[in-house]
Amino acid sequence: MNQKQSLTSFADTYDQHPWDDTAALLASITKADVQQALSHPGVGTPKDFLALISPAAAPFLEEMAAISQSLTRKRFGKTVQLYAPLYLSNECINSCSYCGFSKEIPLPRTRLNQAQVEAEIAVLKAMGVEHVLVVTGDFSEKQARDYLTEAISWIRPHFAQVSMEVQPLPEEDYHFLSQQGLHGVMCYQETYGPRYPEFHKKGKKRDFRWRLETPDRLGRAGVHKMGLGVLLGLDDWRLDSFYVALHASYLQKKYWKTRLSISFPRLRPAKIGFSPDQPVTDRELVQLILAYRIFNENFELALSTRESPHFRNHMIPLGVTSISAGSKTEPGGYANPKAALEQFEINDERSPKEMDQVLRSAGLELVTRDWEPHFGLSSLP
Amino acid sequence: MSEPLIIAGRTFGSRLFLGTGKFGSSQLMADAIAASGSDLVTLALKRFDPENRSDDMVKQVSQPGVNLLPNTSGVRTAAEAVLAAKLARQSLETDWIKLEIHPDPRYLLPDHHETLKATEELAKLGFVVLPYINADPVFCKSLESAGASAVMPLGAPIGSNQGLSTASMLEIIIRESNLPVVVDAGIGAPSQAAQALEMGADAVLVNTAIAVAENPVQMALAFKLAVQAGRLGFEAKLGQVRRAAVASSPLTSFLED
Repeated sequence: MNQKQSLTSFADTYDQHPWDDTAALLASITKADVQQALSHPGVGTPKDFLALISPAAAPFLEEMAAISQSLTRKRFGKTVQLYAPLYLSNECINSCSYCGFSKEIPLPRTRLNQAQVEAEIAVLKAMGVEHVLVVTGDFSEKQARDYLTEAISWIRPHFAQVSMEVQPLPEEDYHFLSQQGLHGVMCYQETYGPRYPEFHKKGKKRDFRWRLETPDRLGRAGVHKMGLGVLLGLDDWRLDSFYVALHASYLQKKYWKTRLSISFPRLRPAKIGFSPDQPVTDRELVQLILAYRIFNENFELALSTRESPHFRNHMIPLGVTSISAGSKTEPGGYANPKAALEQFEINDERSPKEMDQVLRSAGLELVTRDWEPHFGLSSLP
Repeated sequence: MSEPLIIAGRTFGSRLFLGTGKFGSSQLMADAIAASGSDLVTLALKRFDPENRSDDMVKQVSQPGVNLLPNTSGVRTAAEAVLAAKLARQSLETDWIKLEIHPDPRYLLPDHHETLKATEELAKLGFVVLPYINADPVFCKSLESAGASAVMPLGAPIGSNQGLSTASMLEIIIRESNLPVVVDAGIGAPSQAAQALEMGADAVLVNTAIAVAENPVQMALAFKLAVQAGRLGFEAKLGQVRRAAVASSPLTSFLED
């Protein structure tokens, strides 16, 4: 890769796909486009993906489920991986209108110290968790660097795999943290649409481009896994999800050593009284998840405890490859449940052990460990 | 009875090696191993805790008469692969290592540059190195010099069930190799395993086709029989496929004139 190429980013691709053009493309999708997309499962184009999430594909849902399931078994076998979120802080400098951590909410905030983090780790280990996802609200850049570096050093030695879902960071921070053993980073764009500024009125998160180019920085920094997604319900979920597919297509050709993970967090009414304009129904969410799999057989598809037991029981076997369980979304919540402000309400309270039973009865194995923590460290013992 | 397979001085009763990923339960995996008759099964280092002697994954794979072949899946460089081999040696007490270095997480295709470096280094450290590679005859010769104990060329992209799509290269490798040739990856049906053995491959490694079958135990048995049949066919010397019809008036009959 020459220098010029390495400095380009997804923003260039993004600019070539105006929102209104995508809306027009969606409106033009026909049954024939859907059939075309279904004819080469696992290796689709973003346009194929758009066809699969279009209203024209709705009658194909059952066929899509069968294709998605068989692709997933072939690529991932009869296994599903377990992770648990580890919330470290609900402090936040942003005012996102949909989020339980918005600084506009006048409730006390907390940031866990080492002893508190260790108490959380003990509970997670006892639950059998080996892969954790560190979550915080957004700090100032300096505080983020200092606190996350410290926190990762507390957490890292206890788990097989540590990833994080925090504010976008500069490339050198990603590089440094990944040398310390950070495995992956999830950074959801929330929405790729023109209404982004409306939902993110204050704070650093207003900077759409900084966020949009985060996966490029992650790719250059050499993290093993990056996660994409949009917050379903903020804007038209079909258009937003098309940009996720476009982003993923761009990333996997450019940063070919990095694994891609996709999440589909669906907005549900939060305590702050935010109601999604364009809520996504169960049927539509199923269509979306199946479409991701048929679009790309290699995606890790993650389904969190935002969704109900009924939905998860039936959806996991159809294409999901990574689930959380026993989650707490308030910092310190594993050791002291409900003592602090939580980000969103959990819809599925079942423990990893219970999920293991559920999967077992579906013929699937819940895999807790799929990483050797020494891989990727800057200095090998 | 067919000839035994020998790799690095160890004799194997079965020419079917098994991968242990992708199974729906560890019990099914254990049952499939038993049904396959395999005496060499791979185990990804990343799937077990090398510091935990009673790790469940290791317990389930360890069966009487079954040798463990730890693999380095997940590593992206030779340095990481060497570390992985050392960790595996420590916890499983084996010098055997299936070397797989695939920096690409999608197709899991091997990086030959790193694989050669790691093979050299591991061989010097006394490991029995079985590298997973593309079906590249020249590279197989390089690995021979580097100290590999067998070569494991792929039949097709891993997990693809496409069979021996690299057949023409595999034929050259088998013909030219001084090392045992184990066809790894891509074998999706018992008939394809039989075909590899008929071609003269010394063994095959199968995972997805067995693990993902509706009945993995029965599929393991099917592969066992196919591998036996293929090997017996090879040893019995297959009739040659004639590329041209045999002329009824021989072209050389003028010599009899």
